[in-house]
Amino acid sequence: MKTTTSDMGRNRTGVATSPIDSADITQEAQKHPPSHLGDSSLIGKVRQIYARESEGLGSVPPPASLKGVAKTAMDAIKGAKPTVFIDKLAARLAFERSGTRLYEAALVKFDVYGGWEGGPTREGLEKIYNDELSHFLMLTDALKTLGADPTAMTPSADVTAVVSQGLPLLMLDPRANMRQSLEALLVAELTDNACWELLIELARGLGHDTLADRFQLALDSEVQHLQWVRGWLAAGVSDEARAAMPTAEGRAGAQPRV
Amino acid sequence: MALDILQEKGVPLDRQVFNWKDLVQRPFSKLDDDAFTRVCVIYMNGIMADALRTKHAFARINRELREPLALIRRLEQYEQTLINWLTPADQTPLETTLGFEQVAIEVTASVALREPDPYLAQTYRFGLLEDFDHLYRYSALYDRLEGKDPNTITQSYTDIIPGRPTSLEHRYPLDDLRRPYDKATAHPLTKLHAMSITAAENQTHDYYMTVGPFFSDPVARQLYAEIASIEEQHTSMYESLLDPGESLLEKWLMHEACEVYNFYSCVAFEKNPRIKAIWQRFLDYELGQLHYVKELFQRVEKRDAAEVLPASLPEPIGFKEHRDFVRKTLNQEEDMASDGQDYVRMADLPRDHRSFVWRDQLNSEGSPSETVAAGYKWMPGTELAARTPRMGSTFEGKKVH
Repeated sequence: MKTTTSDMGRNRTGVATSPIDSADITQEAQKHPPSHLGDSSLIGKVRQIYARESEGLGSVPPPASLKGVAKTAMDAIKGAKPTVFIDKLAARLAFERSGTRLYEAALVKFDVYGGWEGGPTREGLEKIYNDELSHFLMLTDALKTLGADPTAMTPSADVTAVVSQGLPLLMLDPRANMRQSLEALLVAELTDNACWELLIELARGLGHDTLADRFQLALDSEVQHLQWVRGWLAAGVSDEARAAMPTAEGRAGAQPRV
Repeated sequence: MALDILQEKGVPLDRQVFNWKDLVQRPFSKLDDDAFTRVCVIYMNGIMADALRTKHAFARINRELREPLALIRRLEQYEQTLINWLTPADQTPLETTLGFEQVAIEVTASVALREPDPYLAQTYRFGLLEDFDHLYRYSALYDRLEGKDPNTITQSYTDIIPGRPTSLEHRYPLDDLRRPYDKATAHPLTKLHAMSITAAENQTHDYYMTVGPFFSDPVARQLYAEIASIEEQHTSMYESLLDPGESLLEKWLMHEACEVYNFYSCVAFEKNPRIKAIWQRFLDYELGQLHYVKELFQRVEKRDAAEVLPASLPEPIGFKEHRDFVRKTLNQEEDMASDGQDYVRMADLPRDHRSFVWRDQLNSEGSPSETVAAGYKWMPGTELAARTPRMGSTFEGKKVH
């Protein structure tokens, strides 16, 4: 188990690890011209071709209930495209649901690695875990009220999941300690804050004021989450930066390969 | 000291046991372990994948061997799992791909240098220059898609320069077949080499076929499709070196010897003591399996296994850089092509040769390997590092656009 994150050691990824070999391969690379002319913009041209042929990621399912059909039809009369709101609600729901699992994993990390002065506490992490879970449940209710299916993965929910693929990857890696895991939580909280703000704006614009008021309460707690996570991480980083330099073993490991 | 595989009995089958915690061990470090530790993990996963693949094929065509095949196969599936699960989660599929190509370059170079049969040695050199180019193409992909330096994976052991251009490697299927070694006269090392490289290339193909669709970028998807196709060609080429006249049991016995030889080679190289202990454990397991199959071979075929097996193992595979050899080969043989089973200079083939027709069809709407590496030159810190001097640096107070 390793609680520190930035110790000197045997890292072999840089060219300075092997100055002789590195100089040799660098010279050789310079000697050989590319086999084909052009530059990286050619990749962009292929991307354009495929993008023009694309049919998108998928769609928002039709409302699941009669009430929903009525509501959707009413919104349509008002000139709105109700599926946009449903899509964004579903994205928030998916993110909060995944966020709950992130904090579940964070609690495991905390129990193993512990905190530090100004760092996370079990109570703090549990509070965020509970908030994420309640936001998920609130969004489930909101979608049901609108007649939408809260179990569906909409395009925005899919986008959110693709964008945040690295968060569970890092959080669930046993080698990433508590401080490193906070980097994932920071990304999650920054996104969460921005997306709640967007959702509230959208809800107010569409006249869903009751929902917007509830979402504001969620945002208030998300603002607190972000403050906490940012503070915990900052304290951890400066705490380690102030610590004594590492061991003789670490220094020996940093010797270059010749 | 050379290992006497007829004397060393290894661990008997009933003592080759596993549990889930044992199968899923702490992975190696992408940052701190030597690139050749990753090379060994990728390579041995390929050897064991082929152990299973071969035994499944045998079981589908031979009723009598089904039970012994099932017993050994299960143990080998556990071995493969433990090895493959040493791959760390922060090593992305593209990074693992760079590792696959480093395997294909350095292991094939070691084999080509030691292969006693000149025709097989030429075949390895021929394939080597193609895999060498794949590393360059995937490096360009890694640099240009993700903004990362491929040398962080290959660790300055292997050149990142063009080889025989991938776009020229596509051939008519019959131009990928080679003459097999003769089971009666071939040196045992020739058989071990052919089995090992076939295994490695087959796994490379299967890996690219699995991970290619995980990429969102269309050029990456195309490049994986293109290089997977070459790996299929290579699998066809290398497996055609194996004598089809060997009996199933003879092939099985040699495959066990091949597994022993490769674990033995990993033990000789490995610097990470924890990983080395795994290689040693599986060397002992494979020796136990070899002796089980040896008894079976002698009982069923009524032949002495010593007729087939080498008494002692050859020098281990060189898990090290082979830049001088690869550069010399590139310089002398880049323009080689194949015409049926024979090697010729590409310029000597008529323009309407069946392989050119095949290749031109595939490249008729563009070549992914040319697109991805157009104008690409690797340099430390990625090709973007070359732009820094032109753009200035905020670090020195200069304004960036």
